[in-house]
Amino acid sequence: MIQNFISEEKSLACVHCGLCLSACPTYLETGNENDSPRGRIYLMRNIQTQRVTVDNTVMRHIDLCLGCRACENACPSGVEYGHLLEHARDYFEKTHNRSFSQTFLRRIAIEQVFPFPWRLKFVLFFSTILRLPIFRWALPQFAKESLLLLPKEAISKSPPEYSPSLEKNVGRVGFIEGCVMQVMFGATHDNSIALLNQQGWDVASPKKQGCCGALYAHSGQLDKARECARNNIAAFEREKLDAIIINAAGCGSTLKEYGQLLGNDPAWSERAARFSAKVKDLSEWITPENLKPSNREIIVTYQDACHLAHPQGVTAEPRELVKAVAGDNYIELQEADVCCGSAGSYNLTEPEMAKKLQNRKVRNLIDTGAEIVVTANPGCLLQIQSGLKKAGSGMKIMHLADYLIEYGE
Amino acid sequence: MNKEELANQLRSICGADAVITDEQELVVYECDAYTLQKNHPTAVVLPQNTEEVVAVVRLCAENDLPIIPRGAGTSLSGTVLAVEGGVMIALTRMNRILSLDTRNRRALVEAGCVNSWITQKADNFGLFFAPDPSSQSACTIGGNVATNAGGPHTLKNGVTTNHILGYEIVLPDGSIEWLGTTPEGGEEVDGFDLRGATIGCEGMFGVITRVLVRLTKKPTSFKTYLGVFDSVDAASQTVSDIIAAGIIPAALEMMDQLIIRAVEEAYHFGFPLDAGAILIVELDGLSGGVGDQGQIVETICKQNEAREVRAAKDEEERAAIWKCRKRAFGAVGRISPNYLTQDGVVPRSKVPEIMRFIKATSVKYNLRIPNVFHAGDGNIHPLILFDERKDGEVKQALRAGEDILNKCIEMGGSVSGEHGIGAEKIDFMERQFSKDDLGAMQFLRIAFDPGKRCNPHKMFPGSKRCSDFAPRKQAAA
Ligand SMILES: Cc1cc2nc3c(=O)[nH]c(=O)nc-3n(C[C@H](O)[C@H](O)[C@H](O)COP(=O)(O)OP(=O)(O)OC[C@H]3O[C@@H](n4cnc5c(N)ncnc54)[C@H](O)[C@@H]3O)c2cc1C
Ligand code: SF4
Ligand code: SF4
Repeated sequence: MIQNFISEEKSLACVHCGLCLSACPTYLETGNENDSPRGRIYLMRNIQTQRVTVDNTVMRHIDLCLGCRACENACPSGVEYGHLLEHARDYFEKTHNRSFSQTFLRRIAIEQVFPFPWRLKFVLFFSTILRLPIFRWALPQFAKESLLLLPKEAISKSPPEYSPSLEKNVGRVGFIEGCVMQVMFGATHDNSIALLNQQGWDVASPKKQGCCGALYAHSGQLDKARECARNNIAAFEREKLDAIIINAAGCGSTLKEYGQLLGNDPAWSERAARFSAKVKDLSEWITPENLKPSNREIIVTYQDACHLAHPQGVTAEPRELVKAVAGDNYIELQEADVCCGSAGSYNLTEPEMAKKLQNRKVRNLIDTGAEIVVTANPGCLLQIQSGLKKAGSGMKIMHLADYLIEYGE
Repeated sequence: MNKEELANQLRSICGADAVITDEQELVVYECDAYTLQKNHPTAVVLPQNTEEVVAVVRLCAENDLPIIPRGAGTSLSGTVLAVEGGVMIALTRMNRILSLDTRNRRALVEAGCVNSWITQKADNFGLFFAPDPSSQSACTIGGNVATNAGGPHTLKNGVTTNHILGYEIVLPDGSIEWLGTTPEGGEEVDGFDLRGATIGCEGMFGVITRVLVRLTKKPTSFKTYLGVFDSVDAASQTVSDIIAAGIIPAALEMMDQLIIRAVEEAYHFGFPLDAGAILIVELDGLSGGVGDQGQIVETICKQNEAREVRAAKDEEERAAIWKCRKRAFGAVGRISPNYLTQDGVVPRSKVPEIMRFIKATSVKYNLRIPNVFHAGDGNIHPLILFDERKDGEVKQALRAGEDILNKCIEMGGSVSGEHGIGAEKIDFMERQFSKDDLGAMQFLRIAFDPGKRCNPHKMFPGSKRCSDFAPRKQAAA
């Protein structure tokens, strides 16, 4: 007997209208309804009612989903696709046997490395050695692809536990370090904290914090994700904070959903909701007023990180910030919110589709004629950077915080 | 030819990843947005170009297999249902805008191109593609041509057929025809207007592969009014009065109380929840004229005791109003697990009467029936809410729909304004048309498709039904 893995009410909210189809990046690429939100929801429901069994073919369509949640924004019925997907994946992971290499990639390579900064540093160290041609032939294709994504000069550094503002003090915010951000983009953290300090915020970054749990939640391991959530809630509860700031969109959307994740845990649900209500993306917290326009004539565009644009609905704020610096040199990007194929660890598990979407994004970027593209998530940064490089484009991709600090004065 | 052979041949034409024959994957192709009848096609193919379409169609002709053209599958009347199996040709990979000729105001697109993409592309040049079905962000041009789709703005701009210059169609025997104006040619075409004859064919005349669409210049000014009324009656009367005053708004739409609530829950626009009905009146054109007409509209609304009349203050607010309106159908998902959208037409003057009838029907069957519709055209869209998990509700919903459509015919209207006949409304055809009319339609159909293989069992009385009609009790919609 199959257990009810998705809530009937939530899945029945889908009235099969199809309005979500053209928002879905995988459907845009394959044209196959099985790779669309409506198709996937239909598959899930039919699995639940046992008209469809979970086999490799069906799993392909579920695996191919980016979890970008563009469909949620397009859906007039308010279908909580992200929620359905997480629960379906949680169930499939427990019941469906994957091939050895897929299991290795998912359970070991990704989930045992990314969430642990020191392990990630270790891998980065080896990857620097492996970049030497002599080591490269020995690697499988997916590993070569992943190497291309790693930044050459990763700056690995954890921000100080406490960074006071030297300006007129307006309050105090918490700061989430994140795993990938901390290891690969230490400079971005410095810049984010500098921006907050400039606008009068003291910044606290408690040492006890850890992985946000997004990687687990997205791959269907809700129990592990809940553990991460409890740890972070406890770490930040000790401080009296006006907000908890995150500069990585993927983590941000998970942090904002702790309330839901722990909704059925009486000891934690309230604390989780309180925590989530405080979480803000950096772009939601800093204001354009104090930024100085750049006097350089450089064309800049902005690409939406899926997890900022779709589940968090933050699209106007980062654009306002970029425009405050770029002025008339700001140009809008076509399909700005169509996923670039990064989607957490997606480019490692589904390299083929990831590459197609990467090419699509790069084509659109090159069409803008911009010299700089700004975004707000480490995954997008790596994915687009490697795509631009492969295409031989000189366009520079920057995190919002880096762009504002480097060009904003 | 058995299924395996068919699959292999299709793969050799379109490539392995473009052919779907696994029953588990065919499940998602068993219905369109009309979910009350379901059946699996034998195979689905996703061709990349006209040549592949031709080869697939030929293969089907040689083996006497039905073909079912499919766009995005947003049809609300089961027009893409594979009643007896067959090869479904989905044009979703042929979705490019091939060229934009802004001087001659036309665009050449592949049939799978999404309606709203054309306007997005043409917008920079001050142009747009006028037909705007509420599903425009997802439905395809091929589907629009095949159903002669309309939308809120067809009141002034006309339906799809007024904006299609010509198109390429692969006939059921595999031959390619271009009907109407060619991409290089002038607008006037000699001889019969076969272009017009096949628009609205519901996929029964062949597979449309490329379409030359007309682009329209964007009006320089808009004024979008919201009129809030205590009753549907008062709002309906206002509609009649506006038209009688000689004003043709760009759009004239009505939402009743139930739909206002669903939409408000979804989009938080700020509609008053206790209003009986809301009218959206949009005027467009040159700014002077729009202003004068606006005054008249305001006066008429007030004469009919509108509680409130106000114009959208800027483009942002106007966009928000239209978002609410266009996504209203979907918003109903928030208040009911299933709904049946009816689509009927009555003479404009009879709008108040049909609305009263719908209300009575709602009481009779004990089902909620919200309404959101093109009041200016008398094109009603009652949404009959039901829960298919409850015993008998599906049947009750179907009966309620039938009563309403019969009433439309009785009032001198018709049973489909824009959603088509498909599999859903076959029974009404005999009531609305005489035997001779139906015979003439069959005659035209046979001229294109002598074997009646193209999207069979639709539209005409006596067609075969799906075995899975009036579905089992199951959670899947
Ligand atoms: C929420 C919602 C709102 C809607 N609002 C409107 C509205 O305002 N106005 C309106 O008119 N309709 C509306 N519809 C109905 C539907 O969207 C339209 O009929 C649309 O034109 C269908 O386009 P499609 O690409 O989805 O075609 P499909 O649903 O895939 O197909 C529809 C018909 O067209 C045929 N067809 C599709 N492509 C081709 C082709 N290339 N060659 C030959 N035949 C083809 C099919 O065989 C079928 O008969 C709405 C639907 C929904 C779900
Ligand atoms: S998910 Fe939403 S938009 Fe997509 S088919 Fe279902 S109801 Fe429609
Ligand atoms: S989450 Fe993204 S990829 Fe997955 S169904 Fe929704 S739009 Fe498609």
